[in-house]
Amino acid sequence: MTAVVTETPEVSTMDRVRTFAARRASVLPTLAAIAILIVLLIGAQVEFGNFLTPRNLSALLLDHAYLLVLAVGMTFVIVTGGIDLSVGSVMAFTGILGAQMLASGIPVWIVVPVMLAGGAAIGTLIGVLVQYFNVQPFIASLAGLFLGRGLAYVVSLSSIRVENPPILWLQQTRFLIGEWYITPTGIIALVVVAAGAIVMAVTRFGRTVYAIGGSEQSARLMGLSVARTKVMVYVISGLCGGLAGLLLTAYSGAGYPRYGIGTELDVIACVVIGGTLLTGGRGYVLGSMVGVFVFATITTIISFMGAEQAWTHIIVGALLLLFIVVQRAIVARSDRQT
Amino acid sequence: MTDRGGAAGAHPRAAAPAAGAQMPGPMPCQDGPVSEAQALVQIAGATVRFGAFTALDGVDFRMFPGEVHSLMGENGAGKSTLIKALTGALALDEGTVVIGGSERRFGGPRDAQDAGVSTVYQEVDLLENLSVAENIFLGREPRRWGVIDHRTMRRDAAAVLSGLGLDVDPASPLGRYPLAVQQLVAIARAISTDVRVLVLDEPTSSLDLDEVAELFRVIRELKERGVAILFVSHFLDQVYEMSDRITVLRDGQLVGEYLTTELLRIDLVKKMLGRDVAEIAPREHVVEPEMPADPVLSARGLTRTPGIANADVDIAEGEVLGVAGLLGSGRTELARALTGVDRAHAGIIRIEGQPARLDSPRHAMNLGVVYSSENRRTEGLIGDLSIEDNIVLALQAQQGALHPISAPRRRELALSWIEALGIKPADPDRPVRTLSGGNQQKVMLARLLALSPRVIVLDEPTRGIDVGAKVEIQRLVGELADNGLSVVFISAELEEVLRVGDRVAILREGEVAETVAAASLNPDTLMALVAQPDLPEA
Ligand SMILES: Nc1ncnc2c1ncn2[C@@H]1O[C@H](COP(=O)(O)OP(=O)(O)OP(=O)(O)O)[C@@H](O)[C@H]1O
Ligand SMILES: [Mg+2]
Repeated sequence: MTAVVTETPEVSTMDRVRTFAARRASVLPTLAAIAILIVLLIGAQVEFGNFLTPRNLSALLLDHAYLLVLAVGMTFVIVTGGIDLSVGSVMAFTGILGAQMLASGIPVWIVVPVMLAGGAAIGTLIGVLVQYFNVQPFIASLAGLFLGRGLAYVVSLSSIRVENPPILWLQQTRFLIGEWYITPTGIIALVVVAAGAIVMAVTRFGRTVYAIGGSEQSARLMGLSVARTKVMVYVISGLCGGLAGLLLTAYSGAGYPRYGIGTELDVIACVVIGGTLLTGGRGYVLGSMVGVFVFATITTIISFMGAEQAWTHIIVGALLLLFIVVQRAIVARSDRQT
Repeated sequence: MTDRGGAAGAHPRAAAPAAGAQMPGPMPCQDGPVSEAQALVQIAGATVRFGAFTALDGVDFRMFPGEVHSLMGENGAGKSTLIKALTGALALDEGTVVIGGSERRFGGPRDAQDAGVSTVYQEVDLLENLSVAENIFLGREPRRWGVIDHRTMRRDAAAVLSGLGLDVDPASPLGRYPLAVQQLVAIARAISTDVRVLVLDEPTSSLDLDEVAELFRVIRELKERGVAILFVSHFLDQVYEMSDRITVLRDGQLVGEYLTTELLRIDLVKKMLGRDVAEIAPREHVVEPEMPADPVLSARGLTRTPGIANADVDIAEGEVLGVAGLLGSGRTELARALTGVDRAHAGIIRIEGQPARLDSPRHAMNLGVVYSSENRRTEGLIGDLSIEDNIVLALQAQQGALHPISAPRRRELALSWIEALGIKPADPDRPVRTLSGGNQQKVMLARLLALSPRVIVLDEPTRGIDVGAKVEIQRLVGELADNGLSVVFISAELEEVLRVGDRVAILREGEVAETVAAASLNPDTLMALVAQPDLPEA
């Protein structure tokens, strides 16, 4: 290949756009999600007139902090080409476990680590099943789902109130910036998003996650630590489940074994809408955050309209379909350019 | 059946240890063989079993610093298996690997890399979803403050790539680039570390002449630096051009180790196959050089940018149309446009005189036009299905699920194609995943032929296929054509195009510059036509 580098003296904007598109074809689905989010927000504002208020937007984050955290963990898993169905019940289990422990007087500095460790333990179990026992992620995490839910019922069959001041502080404190506010739960969620995004983008571990999603076999032959990384993504997802359990307990002021039924599907929907490919290898944590906000906005719009919340799922379902089709089209196009 | 006894005698044990032989570290390249004591890699009694099947049976193998050592053998002889055992991708059932004087048991390719053994595996497909730079540095990215320094990585990647004469954007996803570039990127990855042993398993199978030349230049440089290079290729020319020494395997056993200069090609082939290959005579070329009057398939003004511009093609019944052109002349693009894989932006295709819109491969398939891609490694084979399943797959899909092919018929089809193409092992129930690379390729070909198409477009059908099988495939193409199949035969090997083709379409810059009767050409004249820059009018 003796191709001569043709030095174009002036790079036109068009060329820049083209280079960008070539390099970053994989962000297109995420850009589409951002576009949809903007359309939704503007549409809601036009319709209701009082939608884009600082109060309302601040509440979006507050109400969905736990979903955001779960979405970060799920992004890791899906980018490797796996899936984690256990997160909703892991969240319920760690939540009720924490509430129970606090109720029996165990200090909060023990309770919180135990909650996180409980989530991570279920994640580890799933990861080990997937990696070392060759169980399909769908099946392994389904087992995790039942396990988590079962354990939650073992801890308590009914809701347990939480009156522990530090936990309630997480939710009730409002840091005000003008009319905007943010709670510690919101800050935690944003920190998790930032950490997740950084880990995915610039650490070896993060890049290995993408490599596995691209081709596990190649990643192995390239000498990457495939086994460790594959277990780790489920541990991370479990850990996020535990943290989400903490946030949800703070948010609702209680632990309840029936929390989060079906939440795993919402999380997966958010991640996919945010531009992550279910087949793995492509996706962004920040995209998943956009996906969560799309989901959150739809929920809020529905409650503004006073309609059945079932509509949320109908609309999310439709969006999901649309996105999967769009992604397929984009992937097919970029694959053809070879 | 192996002549191992003879093999021992063939081991060159010449030349006393050179002065300073104790000196660790690379030795400058030497012409002759060097002594046992200096062997950098020494494999003894390597045995690998897959269940009851012994893929590698007590093989000894060694490499010296500063030499290019070719590993030769038929498809399925065990070359890739030996390489995997050497580099930790497979565990040895028996035997030892000694590198640099100490015995190694690599837990995985990573350990091998750390010990200075860099490998380009035959079936490695890099990661199309990651950037070119990442594909080169994955697992050992430059870091700053604990995080990957993407900027430095891109810069370093650009340096490595330009060392290979490759002009690609390190920040772009690898998937944007054609197979040849991906192959070179894999090589770039392998040589971008401190390498003591470089293992290249069929690195040239998707490269063009220029790229091969570039690769060889790099290999020579590494050789000067004392790197030991293990080279596998089914191109005898390349083997003879590059290697100092040749080790031949057959059916998992060592046949012998030879100095390249002392091994005649004909003997090499005989040792690989365990028999003589019948040279096939060039085909009796059947069609008149002129454009056929009533072509089966005819394309006019076929255009797809970038790639092909205004290409005209005619193929008569029972004709083999060879296609020759340089890299970037649009060979593959033409094939894809003719077979509905890519939709042409302009132009018209007629099949038996009827205008046909080939919108998808399936559409084309129903019209009797099929395409065998150059990228067989990744396209279409389902590893966990058996040979039989893979062969009947497309036929079944074409007939529809409502018309299942009966089990005896499936078996019969599979067996006949296994025999016709010499697929090894000749066991229809074997999962395709367990076949050697070359045999997987044959299965892919069988699948297409089972469709009994009217026109088949073969893009590099003999790449990565051993000499014996190559001749078989060339012969088969001739036979198929004699039975009325029209074949478009695309190959970078001009000699092969001439041998198989009745007419040769010469592609230059996406255009069919001319179509010439094969009988009127020889490889040199064809090369001149192919490479011809537009001559200034005298
Ligand atoms: N995982 C496996 N399970 C069972 N058999 C296998 C497996 N991998 C390889 N084999 C068998 O081992 C033999 C040697 O295969 P190998 O890939 O080493 O051949 P090769 O010499 O590299 O051939 P080629 O030139 O086609 O690449 C083949 O018969 C193959 O079918
Ligand atoms: Mg091989």
